[in-house]
Amino acid sequence: MASPAAKSGKFTDNLGKVYGLYTLGFLGFFALMAFAETQGMSARTIGICFLAFTIVIYALIGWLSRTMEVDAYYVAGREVPAFYNGMATAADWMSGASFVALAGGIYFGGYPYLGFVVGWTGGYVLVNSLMAPYLRKFGCYTVPDFIGTRYGGNLARFIAVVVLVVASFTYVTAQINATGTIASRALSIPFEVGVWFGLLGILLCSMLGGMRGVTWTQVAQYIVLIIAYIVPVLWMSNKQGFGFIPHFSYGEGAQHIAQLEAQYGLKKAAQAVPGLSVLTTPHFAPKGTFEDSWKFVTLAICMMAGTASLPHILMRYFTTPTVNSARKSVGWSLLFIFLLYFTAPVLATLTKLQLLDPALKTAIIGKPFAEVAKLAWIQNWEAVGMLKIVDQNKDGILQLNEFFMRPDIVVLATPEIAGLPYVISGLVAAGGMAAAMSTADGLLLAIANALSHDLYYKIISPRSDTATRLIVARVLLVIIGVAAALVASMKLTGILGAVAWAFDFACSGLFFPLVLGIWWKRANAAGAIAGMLGGFIAGSWYLYMVYNGLMAPWWGIDHIRFGIIGMPVSLVAMVVVSLMTPAPDAETQAMVDEVRDPTGPTILKADH
Amino acid sequence: MDDKAARRERHWAQTRLLTIITLILWFVVGTLAPWYAKELNQFTFLGFRLGYYMLVQGSLIAFVLLIIIPNMIQDGIDNKYGSGER
Repeated sequence: MASPAAKSGKFTDNLGKVYGLYTLGFLGFFALMAFAETQGMSARTIGICFLAFTIVIYALIGWLSRTMEVDAYYVAGREVPAFYNGMATAADWMSGASFVALAGGIYFGGYPYLGFVVGWTGGYVLVNSLMAPYLRKFGCYTVPDFIGTRYGGNLARFIAVVVLVVASFTYVTAQINATGTIASRALSIPFEVGVWFGLLGILLCSMLGGMRGVTWTQVAQYIVLIIAYIVPVLWMSNKQGFGFIPHFSYGEGAQHIAQLEAQYGLKKAAQAVPGLSVLTTPHFAPKGTFEDSWKFVTLAICMMAGTASLPHILMRYFTTPTVNSARKSVGWSLLFIFLLYFTAPVLATLTKLQLLDPALKTAIIGKPFAEVAKLAWIQNWEAVGMLKIVDQNKDGILQLNEFFMRPDIVVLATPEIAGLPYVISGLVAAGGMAAAMSTADGLLLAIANALSHDLYYKIISPRSDTATRLIVARVLLVIIGVAAALVASMKLTGILGAVAWAFDFACSGLFFPLVLGIWWKRANAAGAIAGMLGGFIAGSWYLYMVYNGLMAPWWGIDHIRFGIIGMPVSLVAMVVVSLMTPAPDAETQAMVDEVRDPTGPTILKADH
Repeated sequence: MDDKAARRERHWAQTRLLTIITLILWFVVGTLAPWYAKELNQFTFLGFRLGYYMLVQGSLIAFVLLIIIPNMIQDGIDNKYGSGER
């Protein structure tokens, strides 16, 4: 199997050409579908074509990237250029939650919700300043690999694996849940079947090629997801008269919403519908109270520190050729992420106008109830239980508090709400699928690699040969994927709830042990173990108590921001225990010096 | 060898200073802007209320710059103390 390596050398020289052609091909396919729609192709067929076309391409890339080399499997051979690694990271990062649920969250959540937008972008400053270049210099395969080598001893490595698995598993179930939601809607199959369909696509990308396969599919998935996110927004913007690119001119729209809110009134529903929401939070009206600001900032901090601790993100920066390119690639990552994140609030604003603004044809609020009930998109989404309109005050008019919707569906339903052709809905479904699949791939690989490299190879069976290691890695990948799909099919929580928990778990257990491992020479194994365990246990305990209502939240710190409890415990435990125990030996201290120097060979050799 | 150690120490001192400054700016953008969003909303920018603008665009642009600019400075530091090993 030496030929794939030779092929990949050529492949990385031609990336621009390959992905340029791919993008054109995708746009061509989009045009073809748009044409087919005018010729009477049914909405269902278009949805199936979009998902099938994109997933077949991802699977093809996954198959072409197959490998039996350890370096290629774990870190894509460390030959991914900064620009493409930025795209892959952006796809890895932007999950079903970002693509499917973020704009819906902003739509329904207003000011408090924007904490996610600030948190999920600001975290990259921490990744860049504190983590990525140093971890790249270290040359590890996984995040526990760094913990285990820097602090020494299997115990620290093992605890890092546990924290990683808990955080990433929480996250991956949410992603598989998202693939199930999208597949069930686009293919008209039951959710429980959609989940397994999604898992199949995910495994096709990652099983044969490991990190190399995931990298090159993630680049392809980024291209699909960013096109799919931005096209409907530009389309709506033109219809509403905000110009071709609305991002810098929709401010007045946001203010217009405030007037409409006052006109219709933001009232609670007379009778709630379980699982669905009515709009009760103003689009943007920070109360300016201490409590409101405190909640925003604590959420943002948890998400930022979590970003800098989530292993599936950090490991993307292990794949660049040099320390310098690792740093450059963080810049590209955030730039690519920024494109979606600064579009999400635009989407939320424009969609809300589509529904509320009486000047637009698509508005439904304030219209006769019977008329709205006849709309096709209302009926479609009502049929799958994700939307409901009930004339609760019996006045024959649809009021704002009589329009119930699952926040998750805002993005997926927007093309229909705005009266765009169905080909756009197909595109959005493909984009949402790409977002959820790419993140799920990164997460599954992070978990399986930690278990196969750190637990199996480094702790249980250090003498096993390359072939065995890679087979174990793949078997674990499938087992974890199946486990995640099983959990996802039980529908435990909404897409976003579980995602926030993953960030809290990661920052509670891993943030300070990672940062101090680089920035504080005096940090030792006992301290790191105390830091990981202390933060992780304190955070988990707090989550358990608050989520189950066994304890009132302290200072408004609810279950989605429990990292605020975990992180300080972790920091204090780590510093105190480190200072109470002997300093690390001279060899370890020299290693830290070496990590801080961007030049020279990596600390860990290839194939370690 | 001593020369290398001294060079590394100066390199690290400057890297650390750059990191601290970056993180202070990060903290200001990431927490103070949202904290005072209501106060900032009194001002208008490009037709947006400023508090809103900062949360949906302004701070994100600032974060991108807080990666790109420090990286350019870091490149300078690395070159200045580069060991020429590569």
